[in-house]
Amino acid sequence: MAADTELSPHGNPFRHLVVLIPYIWLLMFFVAPFLIIVKISLSETAISMPPYTPVFDGFATIKDFISQLDFDNYLFLTEDPLYVDAYFSSLKIAIISTFLLLLIGYPMALGMARAPTTIRPLLVMLVILPFWTSFLIRVYAWIGILKPEGLLTLLLQTLGIFGPDEQVQIFRTDIAVYIGIVYSYLPFMVLPLYATLEKLDGTLLEAAADLGCPPMKSFWTITFPLSIPGVIAGAMICFIPITGEFVIPDLLGGAGTLMIGKTLWTEFFGNRDWPLASAVAVLLLLALVVPIAIFQNQQQKS
Amino acid sequence: MAKSLGPVKRKFTPWTDPNEKPFIRFENITKKFGDYTAIDDLTLDIYEREFFSLLGPSGCGKTTLMRMLAGFEDPTSGRILLQGKDISGVPPYRRPTNMMFQSYALFPHMTVEKNIAFGLKQDGLPKDEITARVAEMLKLVQLSQFAGRKPSQLSGGQRQRVALARSLAKKPKVLLLDEPLGALDKKLREETQFELMDIQTKLGLTFLIVTHDQEEAMTVSDRIAVMDKGIIKQVATPAEIYEAPNSRYVADFIGDINIVEGKVTAVADGKTQLDCGGMKVAVVEEAHCAAGDEVAFAIRPEKVSISLDPPADGTVNAFHGEVWDIGYLGDFSVFIVHDENGRVMRAAQANIARLVDRPITFGDMVWLTWKAESGLVLTN
Repeated sequence: MAADTELSPHGNPFRHLVVLIPYIWLLMFFVAPFLIIVKISLSETAISMPPYTPVFDGFATIKDFISQLDFDNYLFLTEDPLYVDAYFSSLKIAIISTFLLLLIGYPMALGMARAPTTIRPLLVMLVILPFWTSFLIRVYAWIGILKPEGLLTLLLQTLGIFGPDEQVQIFRTDIAVYIGIVYSYLPFMVLPLYATLEKLDGTLLEAAADLGCPPMKSFWTITFPLSIPGVIAGAMICFIPITGEFVIPDLLGGAGTLMIGKTLWTEFFGNRDWPLASAVAVLLLLALVVPIAIFQNQQQKS
Repeated sequence: MAKSLGPVKRKFTPWTDPNEKPFIRFENITKKFGDYTAIDDLTLDIYEREFFSLLGPSGCGKTTLMRMLAGFEDPTSGRILLQGKDISGVPPYRRPTNMMFQSYALFPHMTVEKNIAFGLKQDGLPKDEITARVAEMLKLVQLSQFAGRKPSQLSGGQRQRVALARSLAKKPKVLLLDEPLGALDKKLREETQFELMDIQTKLGLTFLIVTHDQEEAMTVSDRIAVMDKGIIKQVATPAEIYEAPNSRYVADFIGDINIVEGKVTAVADGKTQLDCGGMKVAVVEEAHCAAGDEVAFAIRPEKVSISLDPPADGTVNAFHGEVWDIGYLGDFSVFIVHDENGRVMRAAQANIARLVDRPITFGDMVWLTWKAESGLVLTN
């Protein structure tokens, strides 16, 4: 009888442990750090180590500790237009970039899905190929291309479109940021779209044609509606991290490029205002809850 | 006056009328995919209101032929005429044909109603006209109460009906059906076959059906084209195909048949005499062959009688052997008889009485006989 219990899956104590592992992981590496950030965001900046007060030093003084926490940082964020502007600017850049990504990524994914089956794996590999080089190096490479005396200027001058004294003036502007973002995130848009479009049954388009629907129209009545799960997946996978993007606007953007990730970095490292930076981070997460929820909902449906 | 009981299948043989113009004409069609020839110089006429079947094993080119008529494939050479007009180069969305796909190809994001309305919308018909036509179609296929459902919420048989309704909604000149009943179980398939015939007669449309199921083709068609490797072997009515196949291939493909190779000994007096390795056969027909030709004698098992007693004349159209096996099919029993030379012949007998004790059983020595009118000489 004892042997039976040991063999049965219900009797195995490790079985419960296996289920717990992802939860423990989430608790340790998401929930706990997030709670720490929330706590810091409710604190006050101080010239000390760590650079904020109050510091939790045991349950004896917990009452005193809690009474020192307040929402001043959040209030400050709403008062200073810099932060509000940075939020909206981030959302604007993320929305426009996602739209541009869709505009470029959809035809690419469609082309891949309609390519002969023999060359599809090659095309997928080509889309993934940029990942073989570090993300940072690829963004640096764009500096070399976009800077006034860079490769783009050289190309345009060689082609005779630009005179010898003319230079491309897009480095350190929003345009450079868009170029960098679209370039970097394109695979994340193309792959989910491709996965959806590749599964699309070709006979549906034949049926549409058979019933009198010309190809352009059948794209909008059949292909596109059926690819919406892929569109949502791609758009959310791009939109969410672009909103918090820091490296690309920092390297390619100018002084006028306002993005919340950059603001957060400045608060944290430049001004050493950890509580305010934490408040920015918490609000950023809250702002992204809605798109994340849409994404999750869509994933569950499909 | 007697009341009409609805549409009755009338005698319909436009192909025998030399003045009748073909509705669809495939003219010297060849289709190649790379080095592979799917259709080889094929010519075929189909008439208005005909229920026409393309029958053959998979890979014989029947689906390719239908897809060329729908406009999904272009012939490598030759032309397709519809009502006398060459339709080469006309894109599928401008052809007056509609197709019912093997997989049904229902739009999964649209309701039953929207699926059926799809083709009508493409024609830009007024809304109330579309609504009326959709309602009519739903009624025709008895799915009115499912109008608002998505295809994923329907059973296989219901989906098949939606596909049929969708392809009929535009009143096509020709309805193309690609293995339309393949996914249904046997009973539903048989019911639907009769429904299809009923709808075809009612609407007066031309139906072209692709199938590998010979029973289906036999049941529904006015005429059948039996195809093999891109070539049409025979075009004829189901009865002709069954009773007078023109080749060993057609005879063997349709139904069960005994085929015995032999030599012609004489063709005279309305009879063909054969010697099939010692077995003498006479057939009432002057076949297109001469004495000494290598031909085949063929006879359907149900036209062969089986008896324990020797016939009056055992020298011709008779086969003596031992019962090797009995296949009991319920309505029929098939007796497989081997003779001393190892030749095999099958005889089928209707089980008219309930089978309590078989008069003939395994190991019995029996005589198989047939009438001279029942056999066939196959020269191809």
